[in-house]
Amino acid sequence: MTHQKTPMNRRSFLKSSTLAGGGLMISFTWLSAFKYDDKLNESDLPQWNELNGYIKITSDNLIKIINPNPEFGQNVMTSFPMIVAEELDVDWEKIVVEMGPHDSVKLGPQFTGGSNSVRMYWKPLRQAGATARRMLMQAAAQTWSVPVEEVTTEAGMLYHKKSGKSGTYGQFASTASGIPVPKEIKLKDPKEFKIVRNSKKNVEGAKIVSGQPLFGLDYKHEGMLIAMIEHPPAFGMKLKSFDASQSLKMPGIKNVFRLELYPEGFEQGGFDTRTFNDLLVVLGNTTWEVMQARKKLVVTWEPKGDTVDTMGSRNGKKAVNVPGRLESTSAQLSEMKQYADKPAQQLRKDGDPETAFKNAAQIIERTYNAPFLAHNCLEPMNFFAHVTEEKALLVGPLQAPGWTEPTLSKILNLPAEKIEIQMTRMGGGFGRRAYGHYLVEAALISRQAKAPVKLVYSREDDMTYGIYRPMYTATYRAALDADKNLLALHIRGGGIPENAIHPNRFPAGAIDNYLAEGWQIPSNITIGAFRAPRSNFNAAAEQSFLDELAEAMGKDPIELRLELLKRAKENPVGKNNEYDADRYAGVLKLVKEKSGWNSPTDKKYKRGVAAYFCHNSYVAHVADMVERDGQPYVERVFSAVDCGIVVNPDAATNMVQGAVIDGIGNALYGELTHKEGAAVQKNFSQYRIIRFHEAPKKIEVHFVQNDIDPTGLGEPPFPPVFGAVANALYKSTGKRFYDQPFITKLNELSKS
Amino acid sequence: MISLNINNKTYSLEADADTPLLWVLRDIVGLVGTKYGCGVAQCGACVVHLNGEAVRSCVTKVSRAIGQKVVTIEGLSEKNDHPLQKAWLELDVAQCGYCQAGQIMAAAVLLKENKQPTDADIDIAMAGNICRCGTYLRIREAIHLAADIQQKSKKR
Repeated sequence: MTHQKTPMNRRSFLKSSTLAGGGLMISFTWLSAFKYDDKLNESDLPQWNELNGYIKITSDNLIKIINPNPEFGQNVMTSFPMIVAEELDVDWEKIVVEMGPHDSVKLGPQFTGGSNSVRMYWKPLRQAGATARRMLMQAAAQTWSVPVEEVTTEAGMLYHKKSGKSGTYGQFASTASGIPVPKEIKLKDPKEFKIVRNSKKNVEGAKIVSGQPLFGLDYKHEGMLIAMIEHPPAFGMKLKSFDASQSLKMPGIKNVFRLELYPEGFEQGGFDTRTFNDLLVVLGNTTWEVMQARKKLVVTWEPKGDTVDTMGSRNGKKAVNVPGRLESTSAQLSEMKQYADKPAQQLRKDGDPETAFKNAAQIIERTYNAPFLAHNCLEPMNFFAHVTEEKALLVGPLQAPGWTEPTLSKILNLPAEKIEIQMTRMGGGFGRRAYGHYLVEAALISRQAKAPVKLVYSREDDMTYGIYRPMYTATYRAALDADKNLLALHIRGGGIPENAIHPNRFPAGAIDNYLAEGWQIPSNITIGAFRAPRSNFNAAAEQSFLDELAEAMGKDPIELRLELLKRAKENPVGKNNEYDADRYAGVLKLVKEKSGWNSPTDKKYKRGVAAYFCHNSYVAHVADMVERDGQPYVERVFSAVDCGIVVNPDAATNMVQGAVIDGIGNALYGELTHKEGAAVQKNFSQYRIIRFHEAPKKIEVHFVQNDIDPTGLGEPPFPPVFGAVANALYKSTGKRFYDQPFITKLNELSKS
Repeated sequence: MISLNINNKTYSLEADADTPLLWVLRDIVGLVGTKYGCGVAQCGACVVHLNGEAVRSCVTKVSRAIGQKVVTIEGLSEKNDHPLQKAWLELDVAQCGYCQAGQIMAAAVLLKENKQPTDADIDIAMAGNICRCGTYLRIREAIHLAADIQQKSKKR
């Protein structure tokens, strides 16, 4: 979608957004669907000179920057163009920003996830800007017959100071587009940044506050039908038979039919997670009509028994057995307990932990548990598809077009160049929209229906579908000698259907005798990446345990961590330690200073601290709790973040604040349980999401100032919140909180 | 055929009387600023004004809106210059942005009834609106800012 920041009228906006051959986000059908009355005239279209995949400039100096990555609230629609604009040397207020098409040749991996966007694109985008600038300088030098070294730029203008010549980028864009791309280019020194590191407003802000169509669910196409899928009521069930006669009599209903998602033996990629393979599709004119018709379906489901997924991998196909049993949370918990007592797969061992535990004067052992979590993106899963024999158009919200396209190509038997994927803004992602099953479903439905179709999940469909954050457990054991010195640490983690252990992360590397083990229980409940996968559990368990350990050792919790980090830096134990002990210590010191940890100004607060490293970034939080209406409440949070260079500080602050609130919410309330295979929580009436009054009044975010290339930000602030909340709860209630969600124990405490 | 007044414009359309106003707006009228989030009045993404009152359009039958005045986010102001819209932009509130139309529409009714709401007033009035990205602090701040903008424009 295009953002016009110049004071141009809507007509010129449309002109700039509808050039031919640009692979545009906004199509003619899209525009007509929203009753734009401007009729476009081919001859009105501006001629764009493409300097590279990210930069297009017209002769009258309209400068457009293409954002390659899907936007789900992490602000790449703004931060990416900022990076390009910085090196290109243009006036930020005068550029146009547009969401790019899916085109990995021109635009790179286009993957939103793993806090990777800025990390992955930092250099390519700077190079795109810098090389285009150089090409424009060369074009001007040629035209003016002056050495290129004497040409300077400023805010979209080219100058030759000696001769007094000047011109706009636009004047030289056509010539520049014919100049070979320089192989080597010098990038700016971060000290010279004028746009990056200066807060810029969200380029889609005005559209968001005025309700303009931006999201997948808002997409319309002429003749479009609405499809919904009736999926089995429980994991481990499949469709046996159905009677749609009553549904078909309902107004607006076109068809009810059965489809198969993946054919038997289909080689699934890592993100082709298959939850339910039988699709019972209801097709109609409007969403409400389809919702009503679904209620009239008479469907019989049956247990599907054990099945096999064929997973593709670098080492060829692998058969993965999926058990057919119908799972319940109580049984899951007791099975996890059994597994937790057995030795498991060794993931890392330093020194001689067995002897250290034998010789220990004191052993502290604690077990932490966390439930499945649903992502609950506020915009439920949906996608538009129009598939014909020759080609496929897909439009909607997704994080990883490059991963879904090969699957679509195989399933639809169409070459990749015949598949066009357009990315809309996403109403949340959190990892959920990296799993492209809903594109495949929409495409298959469209092909079967021979019509353009928008597939819509209801909230209930979305919440009960799976692809959850896994259910985790971990037992932490520490051996102390008679002088309260830490001798050894043993972590045994497990989960359904994976464990969360990161064996080479802190405090590994800081403890002489260390053992990490992992186990898992297979399940038919599907799981997926959820904001800082695995870390979001580890940081809760490990950071709570360290807090308890510090207390047992008679140390301040920040000081204990700093001592361990000092050890890891000066005399690291073992190899492959993933973290940088200095940066880790840096955020702890910063949060200590900013929160006044040692000399709190307001004694009313019960304080909990936690820190964590993931996605190459470091974050520490201090959560300040008070008692409000008889319940502990996190009123204030201090956050210290080291993510290298911060591209857009105000938006980055917003994201950290959001991660803190998301963390408090999930730590206290997040829980998806099962009964006989069925998700118990089906909507927000049962699945508690943090609300206004439960959010802190203040979240103070401090970034470490350095010139390190940017590292992750969307995820890193999330995991340590869990630990900080648990540790503050201890100070507030005198009880340790081992099991998420913490509200369960809080409710028990308030009863007793 | 039913006739609806939406954002001071009259629409004649075909819809079953039981259809929620949300789906009439989105699927039939084509105003998609009002969002679907839960369908059971739990998330607030679908808040619109019915005769100036905030209602959850996902559970409001269209029959209730006949002959009444419906205002959606698209009609909140003529030039997207409602104090709340200005404040939202000034403080760059949104992350994903999906819930924000509902937040603004809920806040607009609060501001109309309470010119200078306190934090506690905001917490109560906005308790029905979920923001999954966690922008609550900025929303709260933006409501205060909008109250100030509203106050100042009145004084002029």
